[in-house]
Amino acid sequence: MTATATAATTDLQTLDMAEIELREVNAALQGAPATNYTQFEIRNPRGSHAVAVGLDAEIEVTVKGSTGYYCAGMNKLATVHVEGSVGPGAAENMMSGTVIVEGDASQYAGATGHGGLLVIKGNASSRCGISMKGIDIVVHGNIGHMSAFMAQKGNLVVLGDAGDALGDSLYEARLFVRGSVRSLGADCIEKEMRPEHLEILRDLLDKAGADAKPEEFKRYGSARKLYNFNIDHADEY
Amino acid sequence: MCGIVGLFLKKDDLRPKLGDMLTDMLITMTDRGPDSAGIAIYGDDSDGLKVTVQSDTPESDFAGLDTALGEALGSPVTMKAVDTHAVLTLPEGTRDAAIAFLEARGLRIMGLGEAMEIYKEIGLPKDVADRFNLRAMGGSHGIGHTRMATESAVTTLGAHPFSTDEDQCLVHNGSLSNHNQMRRILTEKGFAPRTENDTEVAACYISSRIAEGANLGEALEGTLDDLDGFFTFVMGTKTGFGVVRDPIACKPAVMAETDDYVAFGSEYRAFANLPGIEAARVWEPEPATVYFWER
Repeated sequence: MTATATAATTDLQTLDMAEIELREVNAALQGAPATNYTQFEIRNPRGSHAVAVGLDAEIEVTVKGSTGYYCAGMNKLATVHVEGSVGPGAAENMMSGTVIVEGDASQYAGATGHGGLLVIKGNASSRCGISMKGIDIVVHGNIGHMSAFMAQKGNLVVLGDAGDALGDSLYEARLFVRGSVRSLGADCIEKEMRPEHLEILRDLLDKAGADAKPEEFKRYGSARKLYNFNIDHADEY
Repeated sequence: MCGIVGLFLKKDDLRPKLGDMLTDMLITMTDRGPDSAGIAIYGDDSDGLKVTVQSDTPESDFAGLDTALGEALGSPVTMKAVDTHAVLTLPEGTRDAAIAFLEARGLRIMGLGEAMEIYKEIGLPKDVADRFNLRAMGGSHGIGHTRMATESAVTTLGAHPFSTDEDQCLVHNGSLSNHNQMRRILTEKGFAPRTENDTEVAACYISSRIAEGANLGEALEGTLDDLDGFFTFVMGTKTGFGVVRDPIACKPAVMAETDDYVAFGSEYRAFANLPGIEAARVWEPEPATVYFWER
């Protein structure tokens, strides 16, 4: 590797959406492994959809402003930091990596995520973590109704309050809420907080830069009554 | 899918720019609704009641319309014709006679009001805005809509906003499932919708509630109990505007507020050109919660 190329790895590539199209932005980010760039800054997103989606490398992306639908969707390995709010479906189906949102997130943030960490420093609205499959989500503010619906695996941590029907038809995801829960969904119950849960929570709060103590939270999980067809309930179907 | 935009000015100095700002917002929402577009704009109070009419053959229908209407009413009428629409300012106490005269001529009544004018047509929002020169319009507040049709055909009368009483208009993103039943109930009460459109039923419902004495907030509150389906509604009145989303809240909505304005958009993109948006308070309206602003 030449000295010039080594120097280039520390360079920051700026992608200004006032000048280039979304496809060029995502192509530059997705093509990063073939270049020496590891840090990117996206300017003037102006609420655009699908910003920084489908990333598959250990790069760092900062988005200077608010985005629309599906920001950082399908993320793998990359760290995406949004200095604004995000529209519906942020970090949807994330596989790994980290997505940090400084503002609020709209509906179904982190939906179906398999892995990685999603941090929302403001509030998340309805259906946060719906059908999550291993992702960790930390929301510094509140979450809306039907969050963690059919959530299968992973951890949802909420420093504020949760809306109606939290964890409806939940499988094995762990839900930790510090504030109030307006109502629990079908088959979601409060569960005992054991030392291993406090440990998981401490680690997630630390990673998410959240100023809260694990002991302040309550844990919710599945009562496991909806897992299988129950012949005694046949009349209810 | 449809797109909604709304802008309510808190200060007078932006009034000449209202049409310009709303037009940018409307065009940004083209992806959400390319079938038709419309705008209700609340301008200065006129000297009387304004009626906005539409014709597919404006050259023949609008020629001499003001003179003919004035003669029929026994008092002069002023007219502003813009493309397929004309706004007629009526002498006091001539409302019913004027409507009968205009309808007998085959003109479509878009809306009535002391402050409100409505312009809507099929086509891309950009083209609709150009045809009516929306950018040049001033006012205190306005609501716009880009439609992707689901529950009724792509026609001028099926475009939003719907106005079912003086200075009232409604735009909608979603679809209602009990509109046929509600249409029958409203027809019995004397608030019969004129089209097959589901949103017009909601507009008639709100107008009926206001006519019964409810304020805007109470009327919007009523939609949560009596209308079934998906909706994000934005409602305009002479002095304000209101927002309500159904309890499931699938249809997107975002709001922004500064010292100068309150803005509504189906997506944040619609706000990108607004002055001071970087420092605005931006939030997503809660489900089943009524928001309204009045001056």
